[in-house]
Amino acid sequence: MTSDHGTPAPLETAAPSGSRVNDFVIKIANVNGTGSASANGLLMKSLFRMGIPVTGKNFFPSNIQGLPTWYEIRVSGDGYRCRSGQVDIMVAMNNETYVEDLAEVAPGGFFFYDATWPRDSQLSRKDVTILGIPLAGMCNEHFDQARSRILMKNVAYVGALAALLDIDMAIIRQLLNETFASKAHLVDANQAAIDLGYEYAQEHFSCPLPLRLEAMDETAGHIMIDGNTAAALGCLYAGATVGAWYPITPSTSLMDAFKSYCERYRVDPESGERRFCIVQAEDELSAVGMVVGAAWAGARAFTPTSGPGISLMNEFIGFAYYTEVPIVLIDVQRVGPSTGMPTRTQQCDILSCAYASHGDTRHILLFPADPHECFELAVAAFDLAERFQTPVMMLTDLDIGMNDWMVPELQWDDGYAPDRGKVLTAEQLAEMPDFHRYADVDGDGVPWRSLPGVHSNGAYFLRGSGHTERGTYTENSEEYQRVLDRLEHKFETARNVLPAPVVETSADTQVGIISIGSCDGAVREARDLLAGRGYALNYLRVKAFPFADEVDAFIASHRRIFVVEQNRDGQLRRLLLMETQATRQQLSSIRHYNGMPISARDIVEDIGRALSQEVAA
Amino acid sequence: MSFIRKPTVANSRLPKNALGLTRRDYEGGMSTLCAGCGHDSITAALVQAAWELELVPHQVVKLSGIGCSSKTPAYFMSQAHGVNSVHGRMPSVATGAGAANRDLVCLGVSGDGDSLSIGFGQLAHAMRRNLNMAYVIENNGVYGLTKGQFSASADVGSRAKRGETNVQPPIDPVVTAIALGCTFVARSFSGDKQQLVPLLKAAIRHRGFALLDVLSPCVTFNDHEDSTKSYAYTRRYYHPAIHADFVPPAQDIKTAYDHGEAMPVELHDGSRIVLRKVDEGFDPSDRARTIGFLQDAAKKGEVVTGLMYIQPGQDDLHEVNHTVPGPLHSQPYAGLHPGADGLKDLQRRYR
Repeated sequence: MTSDHGTPAPLETAAPSGSRVNDFVIKIANVNGTGSASANGLLMKSLFRMGIPVTGKNFFPSNIQGLPTWYEIRVSGDGYRCRSGQVDIMVAMNNETYVEDLAEVAPGGFFFYDATWPRDSQLSRKDVTILGIPLAGMCNEHFDQARSRILMKNVAYVGALAALLDIDMAIIRQLLNETFASKAHLVDANQAAIDLGYEYAQEHFSCPLPLRLEAMDETAGHIMIDGNTAAALGCLYAGATVGAWYPITPSTSLMDAFKSYCERYRVDPESGERRFCIVQAEDELSAVGMVVGAAWAGARAFTPTSGPGISLMNEFIGFAYYTEVPIVLIDVQRVGPSTGMPTRTQQCDILSCAYASHGDTRHILLFPADPHECFELAVAAFDLAERFQTPVMMLTDLDIGMNDWMVPELQWDDGYAPDRGKVLTAEQLAEMPDFHRYADVDGDGVPWRSLPGVHSNGAYFLRGSGHTERGTYTENSEEYQRVLDRLEHKFETARNVLPAPVVETSADTQVGIISIGSCDGAVREARDLLAGRGYALNYLRVKAFPFADEVDAFIASHRRIFVVEQNRDGQLRRLLLMETQATRQQLSSIRHYNGMPISARDIVEDIGRALSQEVAA
Repeated sequence: MSFIRKPTVANSRLPKNALGLTRRDYEGGMSTLCAGCGHDSITAALVQAAWELELVPHQVVKLSGIGCSSKTPAYFMSQAHGVNSVHGRMPSVATGAGAANRDLVCLGVSGDGDSLSIGFGQLAHAMRRNLNMAYVIENNGVYGLTKGQFSASADVGSRAKRGETNVQPPIDPVVTAIALGCTFVARSFSGDKQQLVPLLKAAIRHRGFALLDVLSPCVTFNDHEDSTKSYAYTRRYYHPAIHADFVPPAQDIKTAYDHGEAMPVELHDGSRIVLRKVDEGFDPSDRARTIGFLQDAAKKGEVVTGLMYIQPGQDDLHEVNHTVPGPLHSQPYAGLHPGADGLKDLQRRYR
């Protein structure tokens, strides 16, 4: 068998952590409920303000207090934003996890721990530098209150890292001033904790470490934001006025953010009247039912949820498909099946969303890759739902939704007007004594709709039972089938107006990658790494389902395609096999599904192995 | 069976309401239910109530779930929008529709299976939110469309047509609604239009959630001897505890009553419900006593009817939310977001 490539370079093991500037990973091991999130946020933002690209990933338990939690910061001057697959500096604040935390540090790396309590002498590695700082001891001496002592030892490690990595102290000070603008005493307390860590590290270690930071100018025009907040902003700018939801990790912060933006921008300052209505439902069945009711009545309405919620919403999703009600669902995917691991990430709802509900149903899906796209595609979701009068589901995941990503600043065009689709006005209805709700008047499969309360000529009965083009009940085969066939026609009309796939075909090769959503960063880095070894691969990232013709064209022009996704069953690959001309032989599966966000290394190893086998054969 | 349109009969002598509409204008498609079904009488009462209330048909939304009862919104007010939603989930659709457009008159029609089994949770939570709607349960104790299984409202000892006897305690929607804090709770009988029409009118005008449980015999599966939801049983054990008249805002309360003391209850729009006690042991403003009264009557096998509980003036969903007046979908888009400058400004905190 011939290959498109030359002789493969051998795969590397973990890169040794020598002297490196702006290119390493810091991981902080902590106990949840101790306030570590704000310390980690402070650390992240300091680096970001130094102009250095950073990404933060939070690995937290499904628990309120007392269990292990980790925060991983990747510093990448090159702008890579996935996990690198190794840890260079471990900040070990949880003695329960010392063993695994130490084991995770790459050779040549650093293990920084709270030396207030003695560390088991077994916990040592010759290839890792151990740095002990008595954080708790210093904070217990300096702070009076029990809660401050717990919180401040986290702030103190930020101070120590500032010395060890050479973080700009003026930026830290500035961030403290901004964060605690109205509480001067907290600025002082936090600064004191920073100083404790900083001074101890300066005194006892040779600062900075060989892994260190240098200010850059790579973050201008960017923000650090999580996908749930960005999606909530998208819903705000799309003009959604009704939100119904049932709390579920990892989607909850989306509605929290939407609510807080609505309270900020949609409350009349004088009367206190609110231009929105958010209802916390009793369950997901009810949440989606409310969205159906609101959308039918004419409001832009949505519900954020996760996999278990999608399972519960299935019946209504089919109802909205068949009755042609424009609802928007945002599925922040988490690990399944069943309850799965609620605080871990996966892309495991692709198939269940594409074909949600019994009967012949297919749905429009949107797949953002990062928070920036969450914002853009959330707006698009409402326009598409109304334009095609059908459910639109935006599938993000826990990694996008809950982690802080560095993305280009969100942009808004003030010329935008919501696309309400084919909605008849009272004037139009007045001249229309014989309104047919489900007739294909324009030949595109999209009927005209009327809103309740507008005109009696627009009255019809929305029903999930068999209906005619008028919307009346039927058990007549022909009448039923006419509506069902038009729904398929409508789906085809949507196919090529959905957000287009991102295609990068620079190299003269017949080998490519197709991927989806949050895999994007890892795929990009993997392509660079593979190119460095002589494997150039083309790339297509799907942004929507049904797949546009471009997806078929990409498949047709590639001999072999690696489908990279984060689930066990290769759901995107299966969907491609069912919905495009791809053959089973063409599509190889690269699957990562342990609940941690995919790293470039996960992809490089699998693809490298597969391609070297090709060469060997 | 497909939809059958009723023929239009021109009859200029039919009385018209203030909108110039006749009762015919409030009718819908031809009923496909069994001849003699109690539900058809309720449909007729709804037509009468809507006509008398002078409801603007297209401002009304009719919502239902699944079952015989849930078919009935197709049989009245064909000029009103309707939703025949999924089984047991009509309250959530009504909540969404009501949330989106508070000007709509929300009228729900459901059955005992749809409301007390599969949809019990949604019903409870719609009451809890005090959603502004009238919710009618057409209660016959059986699943008709699936041919006669007991529903959750079947009484202990009631015998099914196939011979089986129900042993599980019934869920009484009236007692349940009062216990859950529903602000308007009534029971009536499909065979008593005189009582039913004013109760329907009051339920529609009540701001907040109005539950109206209407016994509505199933002539095909639950109208035999040993059924406690038959016409014969209901008539025999019928116990109207209180009489209610609905008085629109502009009219005076009639003072001449046959017996009992008149108790006017004012609603938010100035209309009133005038209650007249038939049973002296009953007080529709006292939750605990009403529940006791109903439970005592149930032990005797009596079917107590009338306006069982009312608490006007409780904030509904929108009053709690402080929502702007009018439909949310007609809010000017510009007022829903802070624009390009606002987006730039709000992102400062993400830097």
